[in-house]
Amino acid sequence: MKSKLGEFTKGIIKDNPTYVQVLGMCPTLATTTSAKNGFGMGLAATAVLVMSNIVISAIRKTVPEKIRIPIFITVIATFVTIVDLVMHAYTYSLWKTLGLFIPLIVVNCIIMGRAEAYASKHGVFDSLLDGLGMGVGFTLSLTILGSVRELLGNGTIFDIPVWGKAFNVFAMILPPGAYLTLGLFAALFAAIGISKGERAKKKAQQAQKVGEQK
Amino acid sequence: MKLFLILLSAMLVNNYVFVRFLGICPFLGVSKKTSTAIGMGLAVIFVLVMSSAISWGLDKILIAFGLEFLRTIVFILVIATFVQFVEAFLKKNNPNLYEALGIYLPLITTNCIILGVAIVNSLSRYTLFEAIFNALGAGLGFTLALIIFAGIREKLELYDVPKPFQNLPISMITASILSLAFMGFQGMIK
Repeated sequence: MKSKLGEFTKGIIKDNPTYVQVLGMCPTLATTTSAKNGFGMGLAATAVLVMSNIVISAIRKTVPEKIRIPIFITVIATFVTIVDLVMHAYTYSLWKTLGLFIPLIVVNCIIMGRAEAYASKHGVFDSLLDGLGMGVGFTLSLTILGSVRELLGNGTIFDIPVWGKAFNVFAMILPPGAYLTLGLFAALFAAIGISKGERAKKKAQQAQKVGEQK
Repeated sequence: MKLFLILLSAMLVNNYVFVRFLGICPFLGVSKKTSTAIGMGLAVIFVLVMSSAISWGLDKILIAFGLEFLRTIVFILVIATFVQFVEAFLKKNNPNLYEALGIYLPLITTNCIILGVAIVNSLSRYTLFEAIFNALGAGLGFTLALIIFAGIREKLELYDVPKPFQNLPISMITASILSLAFMGFQGMIK
């Protein structure tokens, strides 16, 4: 049971697609102008990721090795079209803001990456968990990025006023803000990684000293 | 005149890398050296223009049969096939160019700028020439961004960047400042 849980949670922190694997940068930068947009994009990508992982894992034994990439792309493109049409019907305003980036989920490297690296080698249920975990990780990263940019640029999070118009840096919502926020977040993750590594090194050294003393 | 405006708009005002966020993966991936940046840029311009022309024709066929919802699937398959075809063709007929572009060609399939421009052309209902000029502008803008960025990154290697900021974070912050510079073109074309 623990390993199944691991399939799900690895995508959220340890192998986080945005900050650790640096995949799917285009939608990450383009759609995080607000928390809501980031969240919506994350959910759309998650839906495609889970469904394509399930199907690809189910057909993995019948697909010939040589033409697997075009087949995977067709499967992914089918689900992207479905998500596109569903969003057009039920969440029209979100569909309009995300615009071009919904069809572009097809070329999001996270989805192809998971299909190739995971779903084509593992069972249906594991692939479902893997897709769900990666999707949740992606959605979380996008929502956090979107929240920070919306807060600094507009004084709100999910349209809920935090400090209103008191402190607004409009550039945060514009493209430069996207690069800047993502850069600072990546630096934060790197700093955490470095300090963790140093702590582990110190611990190892101490353990070694204790061992020598004994 | 309209064609020129479309070209300029795609290249500078609405630069696909800095303003529309398309093609970020190769932008970050192959921008460590100016020479590779030029190779990648040329490959992208070539594939962009050709695939835009092809997908323009296909789009007209899809519309004629009322099958617009198949656009995403058809475009991505055509682009993937086309890239493979170009690769095979160059390998046989122009080995020098193939050597030069070599590793960048297969990478282009997953470059969202190609599919993105094809879809933009279709959504804006451009004519064939407008579509080609838009693609050319997008490609030139991408190459320009890539070369400027690679030049800066080459210089950055010589400086002592704080450890957590090395590689990706400092590149992102550089891109942010460049993007700010490109915002200056805004309002040049209405």
